[in-house]
Amino acid sequence: MLSFILKRLGLLVPTFFGVTLLTFSLIRMIPGDPVEVMMGERKVDPELHAQAMQRLGLDQPLYKQYFDYIGQLLQGDLGQSLVSRESVWHEFTALFPATLELSIAAILIASLLGLIAGVVAALKRGSMLDHGIMGLALTGYSMPIFWWGLILIMFFSVQLGWTPVSGRIDLFFDVPPVTGFMLIDTLYLDDEGVWLDALHHLILPAVVLATIPLAVIARMTRSSMLEVLGEDYVRTARAKGLSPARVVFVHALRNALIPVLTVIGLQVGTLMAGAVLTETIFSWPGIGKWLIDAISRRDYPVVQNGILLIATLVILVNFVVDVLYGIANPRIRHAG
Amino acid sequence: MRRNALSPLLLAITLAGASSAATAGNMIFCSEGSPAGFDPGQYTTGTDFDAAAETVFNRLTQFERGGTTVEPGLAEKWTISDDARVYTFHLRAGVKFHSTDYFKPSRDFNADDVMFTFERMLKADHPFRTAYPSEFPYFTDMGMDANIAKLEKVDAMTVRFTLNTVDAAFIQNLAMSFASIHSAEYADQLLKAGKASDINTKPIGTGPFVFGRYQKDAQIRFKGNKDYWKAGDVKLDNLIFAINTDASVRYQKLKTGECQATLNPRPADLAAMKADPNLKVIEQPGFNLGYIAYNVTHAPLDKLEVRQALDMAVNKDAIIEAVYQGAGQKAVNSLPPTQWSYDPNVQDAGYNPAKAMELLKAAGIAEGTEITLWAMPVQRPYNPNAKLMAEMLQADWAKVGIKAKIVTYEWGEYIKRAKAGEHDAMLIGWTGDNGDPDNWLGVLYSCDAVDGNNFAKWCNAEFDQLIKDGKRLTDKEQRSALYMKAQHVLKSQVPITPIAHSTVNQPVRLSVDDFKVSPFGLNSFYGVDNK
Repeated sequence: MLSFILKRLGLLVPTFFGVTLLTFSLIRMIPGDPVEVMMGERKVDPELHAQAMQRLGLDQPLYKQYFDYIGQLLQGDLGQSLVSRESVWHEFTALFPATLELSIAAILIASLLGLIAGVVAALKRGSMLDHGIMGLALTGYSMPIFWWGLILIMFFSVQLGWTPVSGRIDLFFDVPPVTGFMLIDTLYLDDEGVWLDALHHLILPAVVLATIPLAVIARMTRSSMLEVLGEDYVRTARAKGLSPARVVFVHALRNALIPVLTVIGLQVGTLMAGAVLTETIFSWPGIGKWLIDAISRRDYPVVQNGILLIATLVILVNFVVDVLYGIANPRIRHAG
Repeated sequence: MRRNALSPLLLAITLAGASSAATAGNMIFCSEGSPAGFDPGQYTTGTDFDAAAETVFNRLTQFERGGTTVEPGLAEKWTISDDARVYTFHLRAGVKFHSTDYFKPSRDFNADDVMFTFERMLKADHPFRTAYPSEFPYFTDMGMDANIAKLEKVDAMTVRFTLNTVDAAFIQNLAMSFASIHSAEYADQLLKAGKASDINTKPIGTGPFVFGRYQKDAQIRFKGNKDYWKAGDVKLDNLIFAINTDASVRYQKLKTGECQATLNPRPADLAAMKADPNLKVIEQPGFNLGYIAYNVTHAPLDKLEVRQALDMAVNKDAIIEAVYQGAGQKAVNSLPPTQWSYDPNVQDAGYNPAKAMELLKAAGIAEGTEITLWAMPVQRPYNPNAKLMAEMLQADWAKVGIKAKIVTYEWGEYIKRAKAGEHDAMLIGWTGDNGDPDNWLGVLYSCDAVDGNNFAKWCNAEFDQLIKDGKRLTDKEQRSALYMKAQHVLKSQVPITPIAHSTVNQPVRLSVDDFKVSPFGLNSFYGVDNK
């Protein structure tokens, strides 16, 4: 087991370097530099431009900038935003809880509804219900997130007035950030109404972000359940006269869950990608919006290290899933 | 309208909806982006200025609300020497800097604060700049660093600026956001504590609103300044900026009452906004100009007849209808009609494709001659849809036998390459900075600006002399006469085709009282109430 973990860990090092090289070069391939972007239509005074580029360390040759960057990283320094001049780590930790809160809510919705839909579709295989659920799942999977978010806002927020249009809280409430998780921070105010308001704000963006993972989980659960339902031990359980509910939930679902759990783990990457759009539509102050803004402002350290941090997170989650899967299934462990 | 209906989903877990503070006296403004910081001198965009210069700070002089006229600000009055090079400012007494949990002022505003503010921008070796290196692009761009020869503290409440050359717009320039006055006492405190960079994150000013808290991409909170020197100007207890980058979402939020005012609506939403009984759309002719700049250094645009022909081939009415969705005024001249010195006698050649073809033929231009037409990749108040405008121009010019190839680059690259003169014809525009005619005629069309914002690369000796003379005079009438003459010279040489001045639309809820649209595209909330 140890050698399996060590091998997996060993693979992380080149992955990290790959990510740094890729982000470092990709952001620099986009035309324009941070100083020019800041000046917009205004005349860029060459002296002022040179002075700013020197202050930002961008007057150095590219290879030197890259090695300086790696040197900084190895010392655990993620640098400063070129725009706000705040440390990248500080900005990340201030914004990440918002993304995490949204992602957790989304994955909970996606898992719960996805599992139910998948099990129902498997049990009613070939029926109208099965076709209906799978059709919806396919639609959900193909949904353009931006459009879907706006449609939901129009319907639930504007037409029906059930949910707020955007944001994390009614801004007339002043909720000082303590943990960064709105559902926790609002508890400090000792006013139930504020907590409910935060929950209210979470629903729509979480549903939008959950849409694609929900579809994936529902389809995966269905096919996994169908496979398991055909197994001998399920047939035996039925033959023993166990109640259908016991057969489904204790014998079939438990075994069908293993591949589903892996899929849920893999959805972390999808969630991060989806968060970028969802956060933009719902003015959700998380890392997705932060990165988009950083790209348009050519804020190199934020783009490089922000993506590196997200990549680290996705790699770590996948690593944990790999290890857990290895524990659950010795064949993988030995092959890996 | 507050939300009072609860979703059935939530009904299961609660019986009572969320309640919040009463909205009267409080206001949420749906702004369009996170500011880069709160030290106005470092920045150039409206997003940054709205968040700091218009709320937290004051300047020595200031623009009247919703206008371009300059009135006294932190300087109560000023005198100008006979040679118009020495400006003496008498400062307002009894003005208090904000008291917050991170700074408690021990004295009122005085000359030291003005000295600190300008010396920091003027001197590269200023101690504060050494501790916190910064550039001041707008200050440099307006030529202030080069033109201020001397800055003196005459006494505790008087400061004197001596200029190298006469600059008729100097008073206006001091009213601009970048010239916001900082507290020297606060700067000292920061310097001693080794926290100079806090000047950009925890601002202290004398303005109508006191900075509370900023959460990136989410909100900026301000409290009404109870000690403001112009007491009647602060009617709001709380002012909150809710940051929303998407224009459709901002509109939906305004509709549901999640914010009371917003900015830059999509032209397509305007009709619905105007029809909504809970909203009002405040309209003002824009202090802007969207135009085509012809690169006069490139053939065949170096020929006057060709520029005249292309100018006549443009169907401006159709463009205003399609691109500005009717929310624009046809532009004839090289500056907007609301700018003093605008000459209404400057006439357009008019839409005349037949005459255009004749001119091209006379100039020996073969049918099918190709030129490039650059289209901006971004939406700007003076041009809400440059791509569509370029396509319409392409069709217009095709009718007279000129083949336009539409070119576009990412915005930073677009400006950079255009400044280098790579384009033939390009779409661009301008929004006035300070209400002075030189900010149009000098900045956009003078010989000095050929490497900068003069995208036509047009340098005309007669025009340039008129502009230079105008800048050296302080008498408004004399200046107007010169500028009017200059406008005729420019019009006859066609370095540009003015297209439109877009109408600025500011949608607010009915409860919002006395909001005024700034010609400079800024959003100010002093004097505004939410009832």
